[in-house]
Amino acid sequence: MAWIKRHLIAFAALAVLVYMLVPNIVVAVFSFNEPKGKFNYSFNEFSTAAWTNPCGTQGICESLGLSLQIGLIASITAAILGSMIAFALGRYRFRGRSATNLLIFMPMATPEVVMGSSLLTLFLALGVPSGEGAILIAHIMFCVSFVVVAVKARVATLDPKLEEAAADLGANPTQTFLRVTLPLAAPGIAAGTLLAFSLSFDDYIITNFNASPSSITFPMFVWGATARGVPVQVYVIGTVMFLLALLFVVTGQVIGKRRNRQVA
Amino acid sequence: MDTSKGDLSLVALTKSYGSFTAVQPLDLTIEAGSFFALLGPSGCGKTTTLRMIAGLDAPTSGRIRIGEKDITDTKAYQRNVNTVFQSYALFPHMTVIDNVMFGLKRRGDKDAKRKAQETLELVQLAQVGDKRPTQLSGGMQQRVALARALVNRPDVLLLDEPLGALDLKLRRQMQIELKRIQQEVGLTFIHVTHDQEEAMTMADRIAVMNAGRLEQLGDPATLYEMPRSTFVANFLGQSNLLRAQVLGGPSDDGVVRVRSHDTELEVSREHLPDGVTDVWLGVRPEKLRLGEAGGPNRLRGIVRDVSFTGVATQYIVEMPWRQELTVVQQNDGTARATLGETVTVSWAAAHGFALDASQDAEAGAELVDEHG
Repeated sequence: MAWIKRHLIAFAALAVLVYMLVPNIVVAVFSFNEPKGKFNYSFNEFSTAAWTNPCGTQGICESLGLSLQIGLIASITAAILGSMIAFALGRYRFRGRSATNLLIFMPMATPEVVMGSSLLTLFLALGVPSGEGAILIAHIMFCVSFVVVAVKARVATLDPKLEEAAADLGANPTQTFLRVTLPLAAPGIAAGTLLAFSLSFDDYIITNFNASPSSITFPMFVWGATARGVPVQVYVIGTVMFLLALLFVVTGQVIGKRRNRQVA
Repeated sequence: MDTSKGDLSLVALTKSYGSFTAVQPLDLTIEAGSFFALLGPSGCGKTTTLRMIAGLDAPTSGRIRIGEKDITDTKAYQRNVNTVFQSYALFPHMTVIDNVMFGLKRRGDKDAKRKAQETLELVQLAQVGDKRPTQLSGGMQQRVALARALVNRPDVLLLDEPLGALDLKLRRQMQIELKRIQQEVGLTFIHVTHDQEEAMTMADRIAVMNAGRLEQLGDPATLYEMPRSTFVANFLGQSNLLRAQVLGGPSDDGVVRVRSHDTELEVSREHLPDGVTDVWLGVRPEKLRLGEAGGPNRLRGIVRDVSFTGVATQYIVEMPWRQELTVVQQNDGTARATLGETVTVSWAAAHGFALDASQDAEAGAELVDEHG
């Protein structure tokens, strides 16, 4: 009894971990299933068929490719725009600064369903065709907000004296930015970009409003598939995405730790 | 010294922020190769002056020249002037050697690595080139910041309270070290500080600033022996200031007689400003002697406090008009006094200085305490 009491925190932590990981484990396990019938809901027989042929279901890899493409373009564009906004907001006092802050916050606070439908209305009114272009515009818009938040937090911790020191040592404004400011802001920009990518990659609601029949993203494909039975390949891709995310996080942690060890 | 280098001159330099004037018209020439100190309490305009020389702040008016070259309108990165910042401002994402090479690389110096390593040796940090600045102690970071500026061999090297963050012992050590390095490399150093002792220890010449104005310019001994204002008299060391009236012209031996609280005293002619009759007669505590051996100027008072400090003893002697004089006596076995004793305090005419009495006798005194 006393032993349990002493390790209560460890038990609680373990329980939370299990709670959070069970869905991923289930997905991973069922990616090796050979389902009986259309639905992959009960484990039938071990098979690596889906792993050896991940594009085996019609349209799945096309939708995955589209999602990756949109995610990359949206997150990189948002990273550039968002970083510039973050520097402006973090470094300068100007008219309209607080209004800009508010506008940046809006997409994060607005329900997606409202944003998706109003964007569709806007695009229809302006004659912007639905499809990949419209989805990209929408994704870049909400991704910018998240990049701004991540980069702004980093910019706030940057000592402006470092830029003065660079100028004092003969670095012109471009060199100062490339050699001092940008490397120091990089962790914030990287975090913002990763966040933007994952938000873009799994967005369903806003995407669905602005998609055309030729622009089926991966989340839309999965959602569409649930009605007729989700193909095992979806579980495979899901597992790979989870492992990639895990890899990114662990790598980030290791780099951070190594840097901290150097610091300490 | 090649001809492109030269004296730094500030000509009627001013800086205003809205209605607040941080630096009043300032004219100053700083000789090439000298160790110059800008000394004053916080908010006196010394750091603003430094930032204008560095190009980090633009002057409101006036010119800055190095030798014949006017650099007033050039940017910080175009000036051959480097700064050691108070917070060091080392680049945390670079190694120590990369920090030191930063300036050389910007100029495309092919020999950057060797020069940087040599400069690290000069500041006695040859071993830490591969470390990150944050892995070093404050004193070591300070040396890196110095090396990073020194390595560029600037026309002028600016030091903005560089020893402020170090503890006392390390500060003393770095003062000697900085002086050694300056003499070794022969560059012009401009050192901004509020620490009068630091300024006097290190600098060849000191400009004392107060409220955006230059109070006095001179070598440490002149500033100390012949302050020209009560501010300088109080800010650089301690002063006993006696109210006195001038009794006439100088006598043949070059002394002027003054009357202070019904006692006639004398002061050297050259220590008296022209055309003033009401003066503060100043004497440094260590120039006063207990007994009559100090000179013809004599005052009698009662010892109110005795504090032994090791090499010296400090006495507080109360005058009949209630003013307390501070007397510092070397512990050389002579001239002792005990609490409550009535004593004579004496000093020579050459050891006093006179200041215009229209000034506040307390100016600068409280600022010394504030900074410790």
